[in-house]
Amino acid sequence: MIFKALTTAGAALLVMTTAAAAQVKIGFITTLSTPAGYLGEDARDGFNLAVDEEGGKLGGTPVQVIVEDDKLRPADGKQIADKFLQSDKIKLFSGIIFSNVAGAVVPGILEADGIYVSPNAGPSPFAGKDCNANYYVTSWQNDNLHESAGALAKKLGYKNMVLLAPNYQAGKDAITGFRRLYGGGVIEEIYTSLDQTDFSAEMAKIRSLKPDAVFQFHPGGQGIAFLKQWAQSGLKDQIAMVVAAPSLDQRIAAAAGDAAIGIRATAHWNVDFPNEANKAFVAGFRKKYNREATIYASQGYDTAKLIGAALKATGGKLDDKAFRTAMLKADVKLTRGAFKFGPNQHPIQDWYEIKAVKAADGSVALETVGKVLENHGDAYAKDCKL
Amino acid sequence: MTDRWKLLRSILIVAAAVALIALPFVAAMLGSTYAITLATRLLIYAMVATGLNLILGYGGLVSFGHAAYFGLGGYTVAILAFHLGEGTSILGFPGTNEALVAWPLAMVVSGLAALVFGALSLRTSGVYFIMITLAFAQMTYYVFVALKYYGGDDGLSLARRNTLGGARIVDAQTFYFVCLALLALVIGVVQRMTVSRFGMVLSGARADERRMMAIGYSPYRYRLTAFVIAGMTAGLGGALWANLARFVSPDMMAWTKSGDFLAMAILGGLTSIAGPVIGAAAFILIESTLSGLTEYWQVIFGPIVVAVALFAPRGLWGMLAGKQER
Amino acid sequence: MELFIEQSLNGLQLGLTIFLLAAGLTLVFGIMGVINLAHGSLFMVGAYGAALTAAKTGSWILGIAGGLAASALTGFLVEVAIVRRLYHRDHLYQVLATFGLILFFNGLVALLVGRAPLLMETPKALSGFVEILPGIPYPTYRLAVMAVGLTVALGLWLFIARTRTGMLIRAGSTNRSMVAALGVDIGRLYTLVFSLGAMLAGLAGLMVGPIRSVQIGMGEQVLILTFLVIVIGGIGSIRGAFVGSILIGLVDTLGRAYLPSLFKVFLTGSIADGLAGTLSSILIYLVMAVVLVVRPRGLFPVSE
Repeated sequence: MIFKALTTAGAALLVMTTAAAAQVKIGFITTLSTPAGYLGEDARDGFNLAVDEEGGKLGGTPVQVIVEDDKLRPADGKQIADKFLQSDKIKLFSGIIFSNVAGAVVPGILEADGIYVSPNAGPSPFAGKDCNANYYVTSWQNDNLHESAGALAKKLGYKNMVLLAPNYQAGKDAITGFRRLYGGGVIEEIYTSLDQTDFSAEMAKIRSLKPDAVFQFHPGGQGIAFLKQWAQSGLKDQIAMVVAAPSLDQRIAAAAGDAAIGIRATAHWNVDFPNEANKAFVAGFRKKYNREATIYASQGYDTAKLIGAALKATGGKLDDKAFRTAMLKADVKLTRGAFKFGPNQHPIQDWYEIKAVKAADGSVALETVGKVLENHGDAYAKDCKL
Repeated sequence: MTDRWKLLRSILIVAAAVALIALPFVAAMLGSTYAITLATRLLIYAMVATGLNLILGYGGLVSFGHAAYFGLGGYTVAILAFHLGEGTSILGFPGTNEALVAWPLAMVVSGLAALVFGALSLRTSGVYFIMITLAFAQMTYYVFVALKYYGGDDGLSLARRNTLGGARIVDAQTFYFVCLALLALVIGVVQRMTVSRFGMVLSGARADERRMMAIGYSPYRYRLTAFVIAGMTAGLGGALWANLARFVSPDMMAWTKSGDFLAMAILGGLTSIAGPVIGAAAFILIESTLSGLTEYWQVIFGPIVVAVALFAPRGLWGMLAGKQER
Repeated sequence: MELFIEQSLNGLQLGLTIFLLAAGLTLVFGIMGVINLAHGSLFMVGAYGAALTAAKTGSWILGIAGGLAASALTGFLVEVAIVRRLYHRDHLYQVLATFGLILFFNGLVALLVGRAPLLMETPKALSGFVEILPGIPYPTYRLAVMAVGLTVALGLWLFIARTRTGMLIRAGSTNRSMVAALGVDIGRLYTLVFSLGAMLAGLAGLMVGPIRSVQIGMGEQVLILTFLVIVIGGIGSIRGAFVGSILIGLVDTLGRAYLPSLFKVFLTGSIADGLAGTLSSILIYLVMAVVLVVRPRGLFPVSE
């Protein structure tokens, strides 16, 4: 496989030198190593699937996607962006998974008159006062994940909750976002540690606090550990749990197994969405990569589709206002269904209740239950002057 | 040391100096600003590795927490700029964007941290020293991750580069030369120190602590001084880094970063002045080339690091110099 | 009061899990003088070995066997290929080489197995919980982890104190040439010890598989914790590792459990939560720093 990677890199170099002038290069900076590597891998594979469907084109324009691993280090992301901008003369960027990497990388791209289309991270500064005409987010503004979970908790009628999140920026934002639409009582906010993998102390405390439900934000491996330990402690049968999409994606559900069953989450996409675009995407993803699509894969795919729609309208040109006009129209069917850009170029879309259930083959499936929020934008758009 | 080697070494050093000075002009001619940015990054890492080499190579003290001082230096610059932007004050002082204030202050902050952590850590030795320096760095890391006011783990952006004596350092080329000049200064200071009595005591204590004590030197004070100087150097490196990236985050203090600095110093070769510079350059170039080449870069980079540890104990410079310098 | 007992039990459980890792690491250091940063990778190999075998065969018993075999074999290969060359080298090179190994193993797992975390469920026989005190159910699986931790502690003590190999190990750590003079092949002894340490790390990994996430980098999360433990205990001392593990397990758990309420006595709401969160993250490092400042060679120093 290393050999394969090397030969594709070699082939890529060859393509670079012989490419026609019309080709658009897309710099895809994403997280491939570290425990969170699967997020970037899925986003990239989703993006590439859209390119492959058109035989190496997006919206009729030949594109070349250059991927590089930011290793979840902001400084490395910045370094790659500099290389792409200055050395490869790339104008169009995407791929970043984490807000801290985006915080380091995005300003540099925008200053160099580049365009950034985020397939995942949507930190609040860029949604509000630092918004930019060349910066688009196709996934969500970070708070949406937690606002929708809060709205779900309200809808389910919970009155006394315990909220848990890691003691860092995203964790604190999660709790703020959750409280915005939840409105009910909070018995306690518990802050866990960044690398914590054992939650028995917190769970014993939750048992003694007797809430009707718990909201927790622990993405990736921490989320898997939390779900497993929650089920083992027996609390799962007594106290309901609501989480945001990053704490219950398809990979987390698969790795947590039975421990995930019954847990509720909110998301703007799910594998079972019945629309045609999604059916084609899910089947195409399975066929090409031999695994189930995830929310990150759908976001990568939708991002590519939105870029494709814009390129189609401009005939492959990036460097005039036409690209922005075309991009903001979002004239394409996305896997998530209804979608439009808000005034700050962040999504306005619907959020759904998702529940982990046991599938016929014994594995865990995520099932869409119903709509929680409709045409939901974000709280920062009012601070954005574009 | 044979005369031929002496000559060869002088030629190499002069050639390297000429190359470093000519680099931005050549890059500008070729229209590659990225090469200048990359080279600036190398200079900064080389500076940190040079400082680290003072305690690592000459002092024989394996500090596994050097990233903390690098990060503290960077945060000093970023926090001062942040308060300037917000129009607020920190500990009664207004923020600033002036390098002549911020950079020395970054060195003072890192130096003070190194003084406190070093004074406690140097009571131990060997593996205990490695681990206690790591522990202090981890504590610093977690504090900054949780510091919501300064961005927490999302980090802090700098709106613009520091001004140097009121003048703005906008273009990549000027900033490169600022870093180059400071690196030369750091190398000069470290070089002087290693050949002075201070350096002799430091290396002497590494080889035989008791003998040094018997002839009346207390290794502790010398080691602590070296530790503080290494910390201040890392602080200056961090301050420059904050200006280059115009961004700081707790990631600068992660333990893996400390590992990277160690690897740079060893890769180039300890107890030589050129070693850390070569090591930093080789490390960055190999890592960034590999990760540009394949997403599974770790599978290749890991074994390279292992091979250096196993087969090139004196590093790349040591290999180049062969037996000449021993 | 019941809550305090439960939290202490949680701390004890965490401590015993760390002990499984710390025992192997301290053994390797104590006897061969090697700092092995890749110990966390062996932990990961154990968990992956078990998860993959269990998924293939559907039997968690075979899974355990697979995990132990994978980690012991990996340990053996690492010793023969790399660590063997590091015995007489400065710690610096050991740190560097094993740091490189971490990168390699993480990359290799991504390449061979993929990046998504693996499924590893609690064995059916051990799922559910036991009421240890009225009103306090405790997960059966965690009790099993504690039992394994205690058994290993006892077994290691018996092995080192009562067997001939154990005697050689003890002798080898203090006087290498004497053991060599007895006609014992030191090289083989070292390979054995390193593989044993690797297997213990693998055991820890496969034991925590059903509790935590089986994923790339899972070793690094526990690696630093393990080093803290053996440094507090005194490097090379099994007894020190045991005491250190329990101490760190209790301090970490009780800190997380009680610091927030303690802070709320003086401060309000979210400030207290934030500060308590920060302090409980760094508490274990603080404990280590204090221990080392007072006792620079740990609680149970091993003579050289």
